[in-house]
This record gives sequence, structure tokens and C-alpha cells, in this order.
Amino acid sequence: MSAQLLLMQDIWKGFGGLWANRGVSFDLLAGEVHALLGENGAGKSTLMNVLVGLYRQDRGRIFLEGREVRFSSPRDAIRAGIGMVHQHFMLVEKMTVWENVALGMEGLGLGLKREEVLRRIEEASRRYSLEVDPKAHIWQLSVGERQRVEILRTLMSNPRVLVLDEPTSVLTPQESEGLFRTLRRVREEGRGVIFISHKLREVMEVADRITVMRGGERVATLRAEEVSEERLAELMIGRKLRLEYSKPSPSGSILAREEVLRVEDLRVEGDRANLAVDGISLSVRGGTILGVAGVAGNGQRELVEAIAGLRRPLSGRIYLLGKDITHAPVRERIALGLSYIPAERGQVGLVGDLDLVDNVALKDYWKGGLSFDRRRFEERAGRLVREFDVRVQRLDGPVKNMSGGNMQRLLLARELSSDPVLVVAVHPTWGLDVAATEFVRERLLEERGKGKAILLISEDLEEIMALSDLIAVISRGKIMGILKPEEADERRIGLMMMGEREG
Amino acid sequence: MGIRFRRRFEEGGLRWALASAAGVLFALLLSAALLALRGISPASFFYVLLEAPFGSSYGLKETAVKAVPIAFCALAVSLSFRMLLWNIGAEGQLHLGAFAAALFARHLDWGSRALNLPAMGLSAFVAGGLYASLVGLLKVRLRVNEVISSLMLNYVALLWMDYLVYGPWKDPSSLGFPMTPLIPPSHSLPVLIPPRLHLGVLLVVLSSAALHLLLERTSFGYEVRVTGSSKEASLYAGMNYWRNVLLVMFLSGGLAGLAGFCEFSGLIHRLQPSMSPGYGFTGITVAWLSRVKPLVALPVSYLVAALFVAGDALQISFRLPLASVQVVQGLVLTFALVGDFFSRYELVLEGRAGEGDA
Amino acid sequence: MLDLIFQEVLPAAVRSGTPLLFATLGEILTERSGVLNLGLEGIMLVGALSAFASAFAGAPPLLAAALAFAAGAFVSLPHALLSVKLKGNQVVSGVALAMLGSGISAALGKPLVGQTIRGFEPLPLWPLSELPAVGRALFRQDPMVYLSYLLVLLVWVFLHRSSWGLRLRACGESPRVADAMGVPVDRVRIFATCLGGGIVALGGAYLPLSYTRMWVENISAGRGWIAVALVIFSLWDPKRALWSSYLFGGLGVLQFYLQTRGVGVPTPFLLMIPYLATLVLMGFSGLREELAMRLSAPSALGKPYDREER
Repeated sequence: MSAQLLLMQDIWKGFGGLWANRGVSFDLLAGEVHALLGENGAGKSTLMNVLVGLYRQDRGRIFLEGREVRFSSPRDAIRAGIGMVHQHFMLVEKMTVWENVALGMEGLGLGLKREEVLRRIEEASRRYSLEVDPKAHIWQLSVGERQRVEILRTLMSNPRVLVLDEPTSVLTPQESEGLFRTLRRVREEGRGVIFISHKLREVMEVADRITVMRGGERVATLRAEEVSEERLAELMIGRKLRLEYSKPSPSGSILAREEVLRVEDLRVEGDRANLAVDGISLSVRGGTILGVAGVAGNGQRELVEAIAGLRRPLSGRIYLLGKDITHAPVRERIALGLSYIPAERGQVGLVGDLDLVDNVALKDYWKGGLSFDRRRFEERAGRLVREFDVRVQRLDGPVKNMSGGNMQRLLLARELSSDPVLVVAVHPTWGLDVAATEFVRERLLEERGKGKAILLISEDLEEIMALSDLIAVISRGKIMGILKPEEADERRIGLMMMGEREG
Repeated sequence: MGIRFRRRFEEGGLRWALASAAGVLFALLLSAALLALRGISPASFFYVLLEAPFGSSYGLKETAVKAVPIAFCALAVSLSFRMLLWNIGAEGQLHLGAFAAALFARHLDWGSRALNLPAMGLSAFVAGGLYASLVGLLKVRLRVNEVISSLMLNYVALLWMDYLVYGPWKDPSSLGFPMTPLIPPSHSLPVLIPPRLHLGVLLVVLSSAALHLLLERTSFGYEVRVTGSSKEASLYAGMNYWRNVLLVMFLSGGLAGLAGFCEFSGLIHRLQPSMSPGYGFTGITVAWLSRVKPLVALPVSYLVAALFVAGDALQISFRLPLASVQVVQGLVLTFALVGDFFSRYELVLEGRAGEGDA
Repeated sequence: MLDLIFQEVLPAAVRSGTPLLFATLGEILTERSGVLNLGLEGIMLVGALSAFASAFAGAPPLLAAALAFAAGAFVSLPHALLSVKLKGNQVVSGVALAMLGSGISAALGKPLVGQTIRGFEPLPLWPLSELPAVGRALFRQDPMVYLSYLLVLLVWVFLHRSSWGLRLRACGESPRVADAMGVPVDRVRIFATCLGGGIVALGGAYLPLSYTRMWVENISAGRGWIAVALVIFSLWDPKRALWSSYLFGGLGVLQFYLQTRGVGVPTPFLLMIPYLATLVLMGFSGLREELAMRLSAPSALGKPYDREER
């Protein structure tokens, strides 16, 4: 069999108390495409960032072609022969393609040999079937074109190991085909390719071996021909429900309830001039939870921002309790009873540098007119801290020093105490310990019991399954299907999340 | 292998105050050492340093007088910095304020001080405010970086002043020196304590308190605090970012304009090319050292003014150039910055490469 | 009239603009790497003093200029370290440097006030100096002016035709990308700040060595601050810096010549034009993305880079 190119042995990496990688071991053979599969937060990107020298592992060793290596910077990794095509492109917008390529080239000497660089680009471009216009400026290029530049540049540094982070997430099917052609060529040259992805079908098509990660650990490493898509989905997501939630079934038919939120054929643009939300329609009724399952980056953020009033939709309509709020200002939506619990609890939902009291005031401080009466909010803060069991030593320290769990309690406290009619919660239990997670889920169910409508966005399938009355699966800006929890199982949903349309 | 810095988890106020104070002390010690090379004993250096501004009632008053424009500029800069708007145009806004007050004095007389002065003060505030709003407008509409625009407008304001003072407003009896005629007492700020401690001192104290109340007790101040911490959170809460930018710049420029008003109406009583030896920039220093808290800016301004007064005295006592003060001030700023840094970051010594820093 | 312009005004504009050119070129290097150095006034004064003092002590002018360069680089080092390694606020730090530099220069230069030195002699570059129209303005100047021409070329070639220039520009546009590409961002920025500071100091050195040949306090008279504006006006491009320095320098000189012709535009308004023009230029670039890309400041200017900032 082929030689072992890379071995990452027992890697541990943590950030501020949370472990992103727990004792992960991973190896790569020469001439193979090895896919790395896992949900967001499974630890794939962290592992790769350690490999390319952006992070330093807390524990564990890395061997390249049998010799141990230690990287203290990306430069070391590049020199050692590891090339990475990042998900967020490493391209300087204002410069041209050839300048960006030259930036990553070693051995150029003092002068910027433009002709030489152009020639080499042309040569590599032909060899790997990657068409680019070397004289174009990056800001003029489409996302797919930019990625081609990234890949080309990386390949031109002659890496032994090529790492690709979610490369096809921004490509059309034809462009993806082109990419696979390139990868086959790379494999023929005896290099090793690490391919990070969510898309089961593509992974099956192009990979030789597949490693599945979950919760910071390596779950399995299998040969592609020995495994099926269903099995992979199961490994990635499938897990027995550890916690049961008592969810009283809604009395009577769901359809009889009042429709609180209605979204009609919504189209919303993303940050990169792409169509992030591509014609989504949904409806949430009072006293129910609509769970939206899907891998992050498939339009959830843009959908939620449009509903919350932070992003203007291109077309379509949004109705809250029958009122058209498609273009309404944020404050109006809040006044109508919309409550948004964002994923970024420290930067958006809460103001990190301000204290508890100031944060508690965030959603309705203007009701006091011109003045800001701190005492009123102090009182409220004290009450909420008790009710929601927020553990803090003092009311007046900056909120960013609180633990994630406490911050989320605070956020929930503020939002839910305003008695909203619609609660939009995005990744509400991300990064929380078991107790906090439990707490959040129970509170959401409580609100449901009071007749509120809840739109829950989460990547945690187990959460969606446990809490939702209806489950919608989002992929590439569209709803792939809507199921009742009884009808769904992890396998089916998992496949839908991967882009397999249903019904 | 080596030294690295890692962001501290806790950014304590006490630690910062101590660190900055340590920086200042170090700078002063360094200055004393440098002066010792010129034959001035450190003891006499520190004696003059402390005695001149604090050792007599005259010194205390002079320091207060000098502190007024510094404090106003510091307040102006503090407000804008609170919202992460880098207004370095306080110098220009100061001059616009002086200009507006002078314009009133030149053409209007409403009979008594009680009527003239508020009108002049208001004009100065509005003029400085509008001038700074230009910066805000450029940022809001055309996305022009405020550091650049406020800097450019500084020059324009100073040149405008030059034009007036060398040209149409020049005092014919001034023997060729560029300055406008003296303004009469009806347009001058009353002196509270002779010889020179004028009403401006009261004004600045009131302004500081007002700014503090604005930030802590009003909805607008709340919005400024939220926006300065996280623009996303402010949008999330439905705040109007652009409107706030314009308002903050207006108020900021207005405060700097008041500095100009005080200098014109309370101290110099005429317009001249050097209305301010860089108070706008000194204000940046003070704002930074006060961690942009208005109430802290007052004592810090006073201390910095003391430095100026001490400089005057050093000049006289030891025949040193006024520039000595600039050296000391520069050193103080630098080491206060270093102190500020150490209160935010901590030193981490790395082991062998490959072993992390968990 | 035309004769007057070419024989009198233009040469004066070149002389007046040369210190600005040096300062602008130096700061362009610094800002292109992503560091904002507002302390140019201080650096120029330090450079001026170093040059004057060493010339006064008997050093040949060339050596004096070299010493000024070294002084400028040295005095920029604290700002570089504060801004890059210690991630301090670059506006505050730069202002501190300006104050420090002015103070040191004035304090140490006190005993030298009123003294004179020989400095550089004009050196006509034959045969170029005989060119009609521009010959007198451009090629009958002293060696430092010629050095400034050379520097424009060198800086441009460095930035746009050398691999390290490319890396430096990447640090100023996107340090994250530069870092991932293996560029030592911190070291490049510190180097650019010190090298830039040295060149700025040459601008200061020009003042006593060629322009006035004597020492007065505050010999730079605000030129350092003007240079800060000039960098923006030149759109961070050395070629533009060349003619815009002469433009700025010439505006003040132009006043006298206009007066003799009876054209009385007050000097201050003339002097305002460059700043207002810069504002207009910056305003335009905000209008469209394409203009923003082509005309705007280095994207990472003034922002400290921290690899592990999450």
C-alpha cells in the first residue's frame, strides 16, 4: 500500500475551557483523497488549523513522512509542504490574481518576476484545468473564480498535503465537477488530499477513505467502498436521545391555532452577493415550535435576520400576527412582540462591555423617553436574575466575563420576560453545559405551553427532534421538506440536510 | 520559544490606574534623569514640578485656567471615542468656536454680559458642532474615514483663522502683529478669582457633569454606550447608527467649540494665530488616560495643565526651553500607553515549540 | 509670465516641496504596511536637529544626512513597537511621538539657535540642467533634491516590483492573509515604520542642510502634519507624491508671485485647496465600489493585528 504521508497523533486543542479536539488521531496516505466529515463544531476546522500552523495543539504530535514536525506559524507549515485552501479565502481583494499567487510563492528572490509568475500560473492552470485570468483583481471575481485562484495558488507551492475546507459549498455542480477533475490529477501526482465536507454524495464520489468526527472526537475511519451514505449520516449525527423532554402534545389540531408568523416566498441576499435565502415559505402557529434543521451556512442566518429586521429581503413577505412587517423597522417588530435570541450571545444579543443592568434594558429602554432610569432596570435585573437563576457575583461587572451558560440565561430572561408572541431562537444551546442546555430547552417548552410561537434554528438534531412540533430542513437557502417528528428519523433528516431533496 | 502576550481576562480599573500612574512616574523619573545630565538636580526638578502649580494659590489658579481648554477638548474627544469615532479634529473645532464667538462680538452687542455671553457661548458650541458634523456626514454618506476628514478640516480651520487674523479682521493698531482688536468687558467672561481665573472653569466643571449625566442617565447616552461596545448589538436593539454618529459628532465638536469660546472670551480676549498650543491634541491624551470617563477627565486635565505650568516655571528657574515640557509630556504619554497595555495584556513565556500554552 | 513660472516659481516650488516629498514617501511606506504614524512633525524635527548638529560639529553634509536618517529610524522604533507588538492605539501613540520629537529637538537645539552651516551646494546636472523650461527647476538643485527623485523611484520599485514590497502591501491590506501566506507581519510592519521614519527624517534634514542652512526653533513649521495629509492626497502612491508635494510646496510660494502680478488670492485659501481636495477625493471613493478599491487607504491601516483574536 502507499506510504503514510501524514500522521496526527492524539491531538488535543482547547479554547478557554472548551475542548475543540479531544485526542484525535488522523492519518493520510500518499495518493489518496481522505475526507473529513462532521457537523459544525465537530472539530474538523480546528484540527486542520492545527495542521497548517494557525493554532498550536495543547497536546499531541504531528508526523510528516515519518519525521516529527512542530509548527509555530503558517510559514513553517507551508515550508513543510502543507497547503490549505481555507473556507474563508486567503486573498487580498485589492491585488490581482498573479500578485496573490506571488504572495504565496517561495523562492522568488528579491524581484517580483511578473513574467515568470504569469508563465507558471498558465502552466499550472493547464495542468490542473483551473481557468483564471491572472491580471484580474480579486474584487472583480466571482466566488467560484476566487476559489480557483486559491486552489491554484496552493497547488503551485507544491504541497505534499493539500487540505480543502468545504470547497464545494460555494460552487455550482459544473464547477464541482471541475474541482474533482483537478483533485484526481493531484492524487495521480502522489500528493495526499484532505477534503473537509458535509456533502455525503460528493464525499462518496471523490474520497478513498472517510473519517467521521463528532463532538471533538474521531468516531470512525472507513474506506469509501465499504460504507453507505446512510451509515455515514448515522455516524455523523445519529445518537440515541440522551434526554427526554416531556412535551405535552398540543390539544386539538395544530391548524386550528392562530398563525403567528408567516413567511412567503422570501428571497434574501447574503454578504457575498449570493442568494442566501432562495424562496422560503413557512408558517409558525401559536403554541408550537417549528424547528429548522440544517448545517450552518445554508441561509439560516439571513432568514432570521430578515425576520428580525436586520436585513432587507429582495422579495417576498413576512407577516407577524397578520401584519406585514417585511420592511418594518426593528423597533416596530419588537413592539409587536417579536423576540430574537441570536446565536452570537456576547456580541449581538448582549453588550459585552456593559453590565447586567444595562443589558437588561436593551430591548425597551426607549420607553422611558429621554431619560434612562437605571434604578428601574436594576430592580428588573434583580428579579430576572432570581427567576432565571443567573449566577453572578455582582450586578455591575461587564457581561462578557460571565460564563456562556449564565449569559444565555440572562439573554433568555430578558427576551422571555417581555412576553413576546414570537420567539426566534438561533443555536440557543450552542456551547452550553448540560445544566444550562436543559434549562434553555425547558424554558422554550414552557413558552410553547403559554401559547407562544417559537421558531427554533439549530444544528443539534437531537434538540430539534425533542422540541419541535414540526421540523423543516433547510439546505442551500431552500426548505427541503417539512416533517412531523414521528415521521422523521435522524437518517432521513440527515440526508435532507446534506441536500437530498424530498417530496 | 519566546515571549508572547495574551489578552487578559479581567480588565480591572484599579490595575489600569496603577499601571498608568506607574508609567507616568517612570516618565517623570526618566525626565529627571535627563535633566540631571544638564546639571539640574532631580530634587530641584521635582520641587519646581510640584511647587509651581500646587505650591501657591497663584499656581493653583494658573493651572486651573490652563486646564479649562484642555478639559473641554478632552470631554469632546471622550464623547466621540466612546462611540469609537476617532475625532482628532478638536483643534479645528476649537478654532471654529472661537471664530463664532468673535463674530458675534464683532457685530452684535445685546447690552449686557448676561445676554452677550450665553449668545457667544451658544454660537461657539453650534459652530464647533456643525463643523464636526461635517466629519460625521462624510462618514455616514460617503464612508470617509473620520481620522482623515477630521485631520483635514483641522488644517482648513486653522488656515481660516490665519486669513481672518492677517487679513480683514486685523487690528490696525497692532503694529503689524496679527491679531484682532481686544474685545470689551461686555463680551468677556467675568473673572471669578483674580487675576485670571474666569467663569470658564465653572463652565467646564458643569460640562463634565452634564456629559457624565448624558452618558449614564439618558437614553441617548445609553445608545452611545451600547454602540461603542458593539455596533451589531445596537442595530439588534433597533438603534439608528447614522443618526447617532451625527449627533455625537455635533456634541463633540460643540464641546471643543466651547474650549475656543473660553480661550477667546475668558483669557486672550482677541483672536490670534495661536489660539491654542495644541489643546486639541492634548485633549486626546487626556481622554485616553481618563479611559474616556468625563468625570475623570477633569482631574487628569488639571494634572496635565500642571505639567504645562511647571514647564513655564522650569523655563524660568533653569532657563530651559518650553520644549522640555513637550518632552516630558511625550514621555508621559508614551509610558502611560505602555502602562495601559500591560493592564490589558499579560506576559506569557512559552516552552518548547510544539507544547502549547494551555 | 510663463518665463517667470519656469525660472522662478517652479524651482522654488521644488525646493519647498522636497522636505514634504521625503516625509510623504516615508509615511507612504509605513502606512502601506498598515501602521499609522502621525508623529511625522516630531521625526522631521529630530532629523533636522541631527543633521544640523552633526554638520555644525564638522561632519560633511552627506554624513549629516545619513545620521539624520538613523535618528529618524531610531525615534520611530518606540512607536513601531507600541503599535505593532503592544497593539496600542496608533493615533495616541503617534501624537505622543510628535510631541516628544518636537520637544527633544527644541530642547537640545536651544544652544544652536541662530548658528549657520554650509550644507549642500547646488549641483547642476549637466546636460539636463540646460533643458528648456524644466531644466532650471529640476536639475539645478542640490544633491538632496536628486536623492528625493531617486527615492521616489526606489520606493515605487520596491512596493510594486519586489517580492518584499508585495508582502509589505499585503500586511497593510490584509494581515490575516499575509500571515497565512507566511509573511512575518509584525517584523515587516516594524521595519516599514522605522525605515519610513528614517526617510521622513531626511525631509527634516533637508531643511537646515539645503533650505535655510541655519537653525531656528520649529524649523519644520508644521510640514510634518502637512505630510500626513499629503500621503492621503497622493493616494499612497509614490508617483503622485512627487507632483503633489511640489503642488503643496508651491502653493505657498505661488502667493508672492501672484501678488507681484496683482492677483490677490489670500494665501490661506490657496493653502486650503489641497486639504479640501483630499476630502473631495476621499468622498468620491466612497461612492462606488470600484473607486473604493482603487483609491482607498490600505484596508488594515491603523488596526493592530492579533493572530489569535477570535
